[in-house]
Amino acid sequence: MKVAVIVFPGSNCDRDMYHAAGEIAGAHASLVWYTDTHLLDDVDGILIPGGFSYGDYLRSGSMASTSDIMNKIREHAEKGKPVLGICNGFQILTESGLLPGALMRNKNLSFMCHQEELIVEDNENVFTTLYDTNEVVRFPIAHGEGNYFCDDETLNELKANNQIVFTYKNNPNGSVADIAGIRNKAGNVLGMMPHPERAVEALLGSEDGLRLFQSMIANWRSSNAVNA
Amino acid sequence: MKKVQVYITLKQGVLDPQGKAIQTSLHALDYPEVDDVRVGKYIELQVEEGPDLETRVTQMCEQLLANPVIEDYRIELEGAR
Repeated sequence: MKVAVIVFPGSNCDRDMYHAAGEIAGAHASLVWYTDTHLLDDVDGILIPGGFSYGDYLRSGSMASTSDIMNKIREHAEKGKPVLGICNGFQILTESGLLPGALMRNKNLSFMCHQEELIVEDNENVFTTLYDTNEVVRFPIAHGEGNYFCDDETLNELKANNQIVFTYKNNPNGSVADIAGIRNKAGNVLGMMPHPERAVEALLGSEDGLRLFQSMIANWRSSNAVNA
Repeated sequence: MKKVQVYITLKQGVLDPQGKAIQTSLHALDYPEVDDVRVGKYIELQVEEGPDLETRVTQMCEQLLANPVIEDYRIELEGAR
């Protein structure tokens, strides 16, 4: 499985993502600079890493969401290819309309960087099939603007379609319904604030994130039924 | 050229923790009469005049300047009114 890690000016979790998906989980990963749109032509999955693209100008993720490469990513998403946005990647996905809602300043106004316990709410998407529902996992968070907001109508829709994938056991940032990560209806686009790519080796304090990348690869293999 | 002023505010019903913190500080400075504080953004544009100026600025707000999920915006054109 070929996956591209998109690098925007200001991305800073791109190498972690590359390491987790490629060197640890075993995908064929490459780092793709955001202007090299043509390099996405033959990839099977898109990973949008965390960081501070464009210095968080205007709103987190808003500038990156207008870049050319997002049109290509939108095409891939519509074709059903996996698209994962972590942290700033999640903010970019909501700003570009690929996922509903918005991410606002943390309720306590502070940047927070520590491990959080999450509950796996849904495993019917390409990223969490190797988890059990209601399983508790530990991922680090590292964000100042991870306070997920959407209106009641959208929240009801998210619930009705099982689009809430991860919730916080102890909500650190004020997110509505303790939301830590959501997916699209089809289950091939996932956005989340916590960092599974920083939890793929015992040395990092948790290995719980590894299965997220393994799920993506396993699902791709079974739907393509080729050696990869 | 026309000066266009765009005011962006959080929607009613969206919590503004920054505004709350400012309100707390104002109370600490002995301004107990402050009942609510909401923080917003002000953006000033210089735009070439055209017949659909206001429509185009509205589109700019919808597409980029504001996030309609959480924010409202108000546009003021120089010389209008």
